[in-house]
Amino acid sequence: MAERERSHTRPLGGRFVPTAQVLSAADVQRALVRMAHEVAEHNGGLEDVVLVGLQTGGVSLAFRIAEILNETEDDEVPVGTLDVAFYRDDIGLRPVLPEAATEIPVDLTGMIVVLVDDVLFTGRTVRAALNALSDFGRAKSVQLAVMVDRGHRELPIRPDYVGKNLPTRRDEMVDVSEDGVSIGMLVAK
Amino acid sequence: MSLTDQTQSDQTQSDPTQAETEPAIRTTIGPHLLSVADLGADGIAEVLRVAEAFAEVERRSIPKVPTLRGKVVATLFFEESTRTRLSFETAAKRLSADVLSLAVASSSVKKGESLRDTVETIEAMGIDAVVLRHSSSGAPEQVARWVERAHVVNAGDGWHEHPTQALVDCFTVRQVLAEGAGVEPSSLGVSCFAGLRVLIVGDVRHSRVARSEVLAYSALGAEVILAGPSSLMPASLEGWPVTVADDLDGVLPSADVVSLLRLQAERGSGAFVPSLREYTAGWGLTQDRVGRLGQHAIVTHPGPMVRGVEIASDVADLPSVVVTRQVTNGVAVRMAVLFLLLGADSALEGLGSTRG
Repeated sequence: MAERERSHTRPLGGRFVPTAQVLSAADVQRALVRMAHEVAEHNGGLEDVVLVGLQTGGVSLAFRIAEILNETEDDEVPVGTLDVAFYRDDIGLRPVLPEAATEIPVDLTGMIVVLVDDVLFTGRTVRAALNALSDFGRAKSVQLAVMVDRGHRELPIRPDYVGKNLPTRRDEMVDVSEDGVSIGMLVAK
Repeated sequence: MSLTDQTQSDQTQSDPTQAETEPAIRTTIGPHLLSVADLGADGIAEVLRVAEAFAEVERRSIPKVPTLRGKVVATLFFEESTRTRLSFETAAKRLSADVLSLAVASSSVKKGESLRDTVETIEAMGIDAVVLRHSSSGAPEQVARWVERAHVVNAGDGWHEHPTQALVDCFTVRQVLAEGAGVEPSSLGVSCFAGLRVLIVGDVRHSRVARSEVLAYSALGAEVILAGPSSLMPASLEGWPVTVADDLDGVLPSADVVSLLRLQAERGSGAFVPSLREYTAGWGLTQDRVGRLGQHAIVTHPGPMVRGVEIASDVADLPSVVVTRQVTNGVAVRMAVLFLLLGADSALEGLGSTRG
């Protein structure tokens, strides 16, 4: 639970206050099932497919997608985790510290990598992740799965699998947790 | 990535309760690293935590990250060194920083340039960090007062301190403890140091490593015991959080960590002991003494080891002697130090830090 609480706490002590729930826990599960099937359909099975969850929000989603895939498909899909702190382009603009482990279980050369994250916003995290991935081998292709696409891209990056397209204002926040997806604001304490 | 990009800096927190009470900038280290005392227990914990992430980077097939691209790190060594200098330079290169290595022997220092002018010259070239080793205690502190924007890292000053070595030793000890317990080192935090009995043996008087280790281990809650010939103990131990053992053999069985120090001939240690053989007989880690050690005791040595003096040659190759591991970990720990000092630079400035 520490992870969820953390996501409610802004650097300078602000606090996430949800204004509306967008997806329930069941909706998230349905979206994950659909996305899992899309991954298998799009790649004609799971051969050479590896899921990589972005720390920290994408990791649990990646494992849940893998769980769904392993029930329906014959191949077992490997799951890795990736922390992109060292690859961000805003190091120096704010304190960026590694939070969690990077663990890529297989050599990515020749693999189809599906990056999994909770929210796609500016695209900068994904850009950093693409950089980081290249250090683990030359993937055959990289695809992107996100639970929420909230717009406001700053880089030419688009997702391949989307749980929910969610138009937002720039100053709003989106929170993805086990209880579902909510939209809200950050309130100073 | 728990929320959106907008909230990436949430990652700076691993303890939500702390975030409730305090602004979340956890980079408690900086602008300089002159002494372990600058860090405190929280700072040490932070360095160890970040170093763990860099240790993972080092295990990759391409052990290099673009984190400090465009930053310049200068190593300025007024005293000879192999491992510390190589370790800092490797660390900076693995972070993609540019490294300038000033060989004092072939620099203007030989023409009589003062330390201040040397430092001002290299700072005028736009250097972000100066890694300094000097035979005078306090030289890095003095340099830190002169520089305007560069970060100063003490890589060993006289008899005073060698903070990164102490951090490496803590990191290595935690790694070995974690392996013994079959867990990830990061999961231990720094609580594994509480109550640990650390025995520092040898030339404490001339040892900057010993001073930094005393500060580091005691800040983390370990019990520090010094042992060595009384002529090689500091003139005064007042205020040191240590006890002194007169007899090495008596304290060996209860030690969890034995930190051996080198007899520093270049600082005149030889004059403080009757003979090297006598020193070895009284305070060296001989084959006999190893037998007295507990089963899980860890032996560290900052290097360079002098086989046959502070450690018997056969003993130096035992698995409980983690010298090679210390060297390996040195790079990850120094990456963490450089990253923490340089990585969050303008962020702290932007948020009104004290750095001017």
